[in-house]
Amino acid sequence: MWDKLTFSHGVHPSEHKDLTEAVPIRRMPFPEEIVLPLRQHAGKPAKLLVKVGDRVERGDKIAEADGFVSVPIHASATGKVVGIGWWPHPDGTMAEAVRIRLEKFSPQIPRPRMIPKWEGLDPQQVVAAVQKGGVVGLGGAAFPTHVKLLPPKDVAIEMLLVNGAECEPYLTTDHRTMVEYPDRVWYGVRIMMKALGVGKAVIGIEKNKPDAIEILHKAKPEDLNADVIGLTVKYPQGAEKMLIKAVMGREVPSGKLPMHVGAVVQNVGTIACIAEIFETGLPLIERVVTVTGPGVNKPGNLLVPVGTKIKDILTFCGGIKDNVTEVISGGPMMGAAQPDLEAPVTKGVTGIVALTSKESRPREVYSCIKCGHCLDACPMFLNPTLMGSLAQVARYQEMADRANLWDCMLCGACSYVCPSNIPLSQMFGLAKYQLGRLRRKETAA
Amino acid sequence: MTERSSTQILGDRLLLTASPHLKSPDSTPKIMWNVVGSLVPVVVAAIFYFGPSAIAVMLAAIAGALGVERIFGKKKSLWDGSAAITGILLGLCLPAGMPLWMAFLGGAFGIAFGKLVFGGLGQNPFNPALVGRAFLQAAFPTAITTWPSTQMEWGAWRGANFTAPLLTGEAPDVITAATPLGLWKFEGEVTDLLSLMMGNTGGSLGETAGILILICGGYLALRNYLNWRIPVGIFATVFVFSEILYLINGEAFPPPFFMIFSGGLMLGAMYMATDMVTSPVTNLGAWIFAGGIGILVVLIRVWGGLPEGVMYAILLMNALVPFINRATQPRVFGHFPEKKVKEAEA
Repeated sequence: MWDKLTFSHGVHPSEHKDLTEAVPIRRMPFPEEIVLPLRQHAGKPAKLLVKVGDRVERGDKIAEADGFVSVPIHASATGKVVGIGWWPHPDGTMAEAVRIRLEKFSPQIPRPRMIPKWEGLDPQQVVAAVQKGGVVGLGGAAFPTHVKLLPPKDVAIEMLLVNGAECEPYLTTDHRTMVEYPDRVWYGVRIMMKALGVGKAVIGIEKNKPDAIEILHKAKPEDLNADVIGLTVKYPQGAEKMLIKAVMGREVPSGKLPMHVGAVVQNVGTIACIAEIFETGLPLIERVVTVTGPGVNKPGNLLVPVGTKIKDILTFCGGIKDNVTEVISGGPMMGAAQPDLEAPVTKGVTGIVALTSKESRPREVYSCIKCGHCLDACPMFLNPTLMGSLAQVARYQEMADRANLWDCMLCGACSYVCPSNIPLSQMFGLAKYQLGRLRRKETAA
Repeated sequence: MTERSSTQILGDRLLLTASPHLKSPDSTPKIMWNVVGSLVPVVVAAIFYFGPSAIAVMLAAIAGALGVERIFGKKKSLWDGSAAITGILLGLCLPAGMPLWMAFLGGAFGIAFGKLVFGGLGQNPFNPALVGRAFLQAAFPTAITTWPSTQMEWGAWRGANFTAPLLTGEAPDVITAATPLGLWKFEGEVTDLLSLMMGNTGGSLGETAGILILICGGYLALRNYLNWRIPVGIFATVFVFSEILYLINGEAFPPPFFMIFSGGLMLGAMYMATDMVTSPVTNLGAWIFAGGIGILVVLIRVWGGLPEGVMYAILLMNALVPFINRATQPRVFGHFPEKKVKEAEA
C-alpha cells in the first residue's frame, strides 16, 4: 500500500546521501567569532536589543520579535558584541548582523533556566514558549513555527504531519536527527499535538532512509496515535503540498495554506528542536548542518552554533578541494550559491554543499526543443515551456495571468530536466521578484 | 593552515548562479546524436537492399541539409545534430534512384524553408525533413515515385543518380518494382507480412525494414528520447480504423497489419511524428496528435488519390500542434474546475 504514497510528476536527481548518511552528528568546537543576522526567518526581522561592547551569554536574547510573524534571536555563545552592521547573509544577500567575539576561555555553559513544564500549560502558553525560543522551520524556509501553530478558529486541523522526507540530494541532517534522537522526535510530536489539539500525527520519510523509519517505529510511544510512513523517493517529496498529497491524498488549493485542508506540516528537525526547548530550556541557538559535496575533504553532520561562519565550518571539515566551483547553503536544488564564505549559518541553513566543476550546471544553453520534459517534471502541473518563452521576453505579468506563475514554488525540477539547459526556474524566480517589486511600487504610489 | 587559505582564496572564483545547481545528464545534442545513432541500423538496411545508390542519395540529402545549416544557421548549430537528423530522415524517405542533385536540393530546402526561416532549432512548426520531401514531391513527382527493385545486383546503381541538375539524363537499365501500397491501390494485391517486416519490397530507402525501425525507435522510447505515446497512438488508430474497414469489406480494404507495416508509416510514426519540436508538449496532446495522424493516414491511403499519406498526415497534424497544446493544458495543482468548487460550496 505504501508504494503509492507520493505525488505525480517530479524528478530523480542522484542522491549522493552516502557521503554523510552514516556519519554521526558531532559538535563543532566554538569558533573565534560568530555573526547573527537579525533576519533569520521569513517575516519581519528581529529588533536589536544589544549595542557594541555589551557582554552576552550563551542563550541570552540579543534581538526581540518584531510583531507576530517574527521571532527573537539569541546569542549562541558567550562573548562581546564587537560590531553591528551589514554582513553577507547565506541567502546570497547582505543583512544587518550582530558580530560577537567569543570569550577565549569561557566554559560556554548557559546559566540555569526555567524549564517550562508543558503538561501544565494550555496550548496558547505552549505556543508562546515556542515563539520565545526563537523557533523557525529548520527545513530551509525558516518560517516562524508558532504562526503555524495558531490556525484561525474557522479551520479544523486534523493531522500533524511531520516532514522527514529530506528530498534534497546530499543532505542528511533530518536523517541523522531521526536516527540519533528518535525519543526527542516523539517527545516533540507529543507537545505539538497538545499545542494544536490534534488527535493524529504522521511522520513521512522517504524510503531511502529505512533505518530512520525502523528506529522511529520502534521508539514510538504506545499511547500516541501516530504513525511512521515510508514515501516514494522523488524530488520534491518534501515540499509541503507534495507531502500532504502523498500522505493525505489532498490537494492544497491554489493560494491557500496546508491548514485549509486540515494539516499542519512541521519539519522533523523543528520538532526535535521544540522538544529540546522543553527539555533544557535553551532557545534555538544551534542546529545540525550537513557539510558535504564532492568538494569537501571530510564530509559530515555537524552540530554548530547558529552564526558560525561557513568558512570556519569548511575549515573544520578539512577544507575544500581546489576544483570547487560552488559553495551552496542549503540543498543543491533550492539552496543559494555563496559569493562570500564569511556568511554565517543561520537558523534555516540545512547544509553546506561544495560542488566541483563536474556537478555544476554546464554553461551552454540551447534552444527549447519543446520536448515537454519540464511539463512531466513539474509537480504543480504548470507549463514551464510556455512560462520560459514568456520570461525570455520579460512578459512577467502575462506569466502570472496566463500561466499561473504564482503557483510555482521554484523547486527547480524543470531546470533540472531541461536538456537544453534553459534556466527555467531561475527565470521564474526573477519574474516573481520583478512582479513583487512592481506591486510594491504601485502600493507605494 | 593551507586549507584555511584555500577557503579564502576561493571567494574570488566561486560561481554565482541561482538554484537549482544540479542538472540531469541529458542534453539536447545528446538526444539528437542518440537519434542519429539509433538510425544507423536502418541506414545499414537501406544500403543492404539498395547498394551504393542508397549511400549516395543519403549523403546528398545530408550534404544539402548540413550545408545550408552551416551557411545560414547559428554559429556551431551543426554540432547540435538536428540538421544531421533532417538529412538522414529525408534521405531515408527518398527512392534509391533519385538524382543526387534533387536529394541535395531537398535537404537544403528542408533546412532553409522548413527550419531556418522560422528561427532555427526549436522554432519550426513543420518537420523539416518532411518539408523537404513535400517540396520534392511537388517539384519532381516522377523521380520521387520511381521505385527500384530490391532484387538487383548489390553493386549496381539503381537509377539516374548522376543526372546533371535540370537535365533529363539517360536512365540506366533499372528494374523498378511497385511499392506494396501501390500494388494494393492500383492492382488490389496485398504483399505478405513477412516481406513487409523484413523490408524485401520496393519503396523508399527507409520504408523497407519495418521491424528494424520498430526496434531502433523502441530504444529511443526506453531512454525517453521520444514520446512513446505518439507511435503507440498512431499504430493503435491505424489498426483500429483499418480493422473496422477490413471487417466491413475484406475485399475492398487492406488488412490492418498490412497498413501498419507498409509504406512510410513505421519510419513516420517512430521518427518523424515524434520530432520533439513539432509534436505536442503535453501527453494528452500527444495522444490526440497521434490519433489524428492515424486517421489521416488511413483516409488518404484508402480514399485519397495517392497510395501513401504519412507525409501529409504528419504535416497536417504539425500545423495543429499549437492548438492541441493550448487545449490540453493539464489542470494545475490546487486549481479545481469551477463546477466542482461550486458543488463543494453548495
